Amino acid sequence: MAYLEVHGIETFYGDSHILFDLSLEVAEGEVVCLLGRNGAGKTTTLKSIIGLVPPRSGRITLHGQSLTGLAPFRVARLGIGYVPEERRIFGNLTVHENLEVARRTWSDGAGGGWTAERVFELFPHLASLRGRPAGRLSGGEQQMLTIARTLMGDPSLLLLDEPSEGLAPLVVEMLAAQLARLKSTGLTMLVAEQNIHFVSELGDRVYILEKGMVRYRGTMREFVGNEEIRRAHLAV
Amino acid sequence: MDFVTSLFPWITNGPLIVVQVMSGLSVAMFLFLVSVGMSLIFGVTRIVNLAHGSFYMVGAYLMVTLAEMLPDHPLAFWLALLVAPLGVGLLGGVIEVTLLRRIYHREPLLQLILTFGLILVIGTLVLLVWGPDNKSVARPEALAGSVKILGQPFPSYYLLVLALAPIVAVGLWVIFYRTRWGMLIRAATVDREMLGALGVDVATLYTQVFVFGSLLAGFGGALSAPTVAVALGMDGDVLTTAFVVVVIGGLGSFAGSFVSALLVGELQSFGILVFPAVSIVLLFAIMAVVLIVRPWGLLGHPEE
Repeated sequence: MAYLEVHGIETFYGDSHILFDLSLEVAEGEVVCLLGRNGAGKTTTLKSIIGLVPPRSGRITLHGQSLTGLAPFRVARLGIGYVPEERRIFGNLTVHENLEVARRTWSDGAGGGWTAERVFELFPHLASLRGRPAGRLSGGEQQMLTIARTLMGDPSLLLLDEPSEGLAPLVVEMLAAQLARLKSTGLTMLVAEQNIHFVSELGDRVYILEKGMVRYRGTMREFVGNEEIRRAHLAV
Repeated sequence: MDFVTSLFPWITNGPLIVVQVMSGLSVAMFLFLVSVGMSLIFGVTRIVNLAHGSFYMVGAYLMVTLAEMLPDHPLAFWLALLVAPLGVGLLGGVIEVTLLRRIYHREPLLQLILTFGLILVIGTLVLLVWGPDNKSVARPEALAGSVKILGQPFPSYYLLVLALAPIVAVGLWVIFYRTRWGMLIRAATVDREMLGALGVDVATLYTQVFVFGSLLAGFGGALSAPTVAVALGMDGDVLTTAFVVVVIGGLGSFAGSFVSALLVGELQSFGILVFPAVSIVLLFAIMAVVLIVRPWGLLGHPEE
């Protein structure tokens, strides 16, 4: 059984229909990539899962448990960590306070045992900035903080929305290494990306979205080896 | 200089100025207690609670009832000062859970109509329970008289207010900046949706903040009861001034409420000496200037 199962969801923003009968699965320990152009529905898919934009129909289950109708904080407490595209750090709080507000204070759901120390181990640079207001961090530092903050909730599945967007190439490489380390701890991930290079090493499987529908699904190896598909759906 | 002293004869009277400053500080304390709660509630829930002055009034009226009910004992006053705010906090909690919770996602106009309606409902209930006549609360015996400060008389009860002010200010600072609850509140003023996505039960946080803000207003009302005639119109008076304080300081800013309450308190205290006729106008003139120069208030942040 898949760890996360999204089955035939239809999601709307107001009256506009964004996702059409969208299904995908993520197995435990797997890194699955959602690829597609801007507006293809990647962000909406992640927001449907965390519950920020609940689907109108279809079902989403985590480890067999239904997430339908749950408030985002309930979904988060079941072990889904959401890393938003716009980072959305709390700029008026220090780095340490950003981690503290996201600390797991509930006992239900499964987790990987994340603590502030382990988070700082993964992002040593953040440890030296712990007293700084998060609003004064650089873009790369803020991206690290967003991921670190979500890890504090001790998730078993991480939803990452375009983590490499707007970052300098060197920072992107660093981030890729950190995500690879996270993967090696057994953390399951669903990553929305436009930067294929960024996820080609990290990802196990690929879904390509177009106009709110799944257009292609396959392993990362198949996808990388198939230039035709890349050109047809992503127009690099 | 002669011109100035002829216009403001008190300006060379050092002791009078000192006493006036102290009286301004105690006014500031009352203003701070109301406005910080109002600002806090707005910062987290984005609701402008017009009924906040009503909570202040209920705090004062509860003080009246408790003073009558409790046996004549030196500690009775202090017990009342503790219980009255708790009663107001409870009232705030009931209102949040039964009414406000339904309208967080609605348009601001609807929220204003609801909290304005609460002013009328609470005002009428107070009239039904306590009647139309003004009430008064006796000051505790030890603080009933006045002391001489540099030869000027100063009511001793205000010394209590002045002594409590730094305790309240430091206490709130510790809560906001040194506890996890305070961090959650500050984070919620920036991005409530994200906080929820991180596993924080924001709905419960809203209730807690509303109860806490109501409790502070109730404490302000209870503490002020022995200094004023407890009357039906005090909800509106308090709301108006608290609103000015919050707007000048910046909606949602703790430090802003603090600085602005000091400013407005002293302004009211000295305004009466300098321009007795126009001191209330002065208040709104300053608010207008702040709104023109810094629409988000002295220490607030622009809305994104």
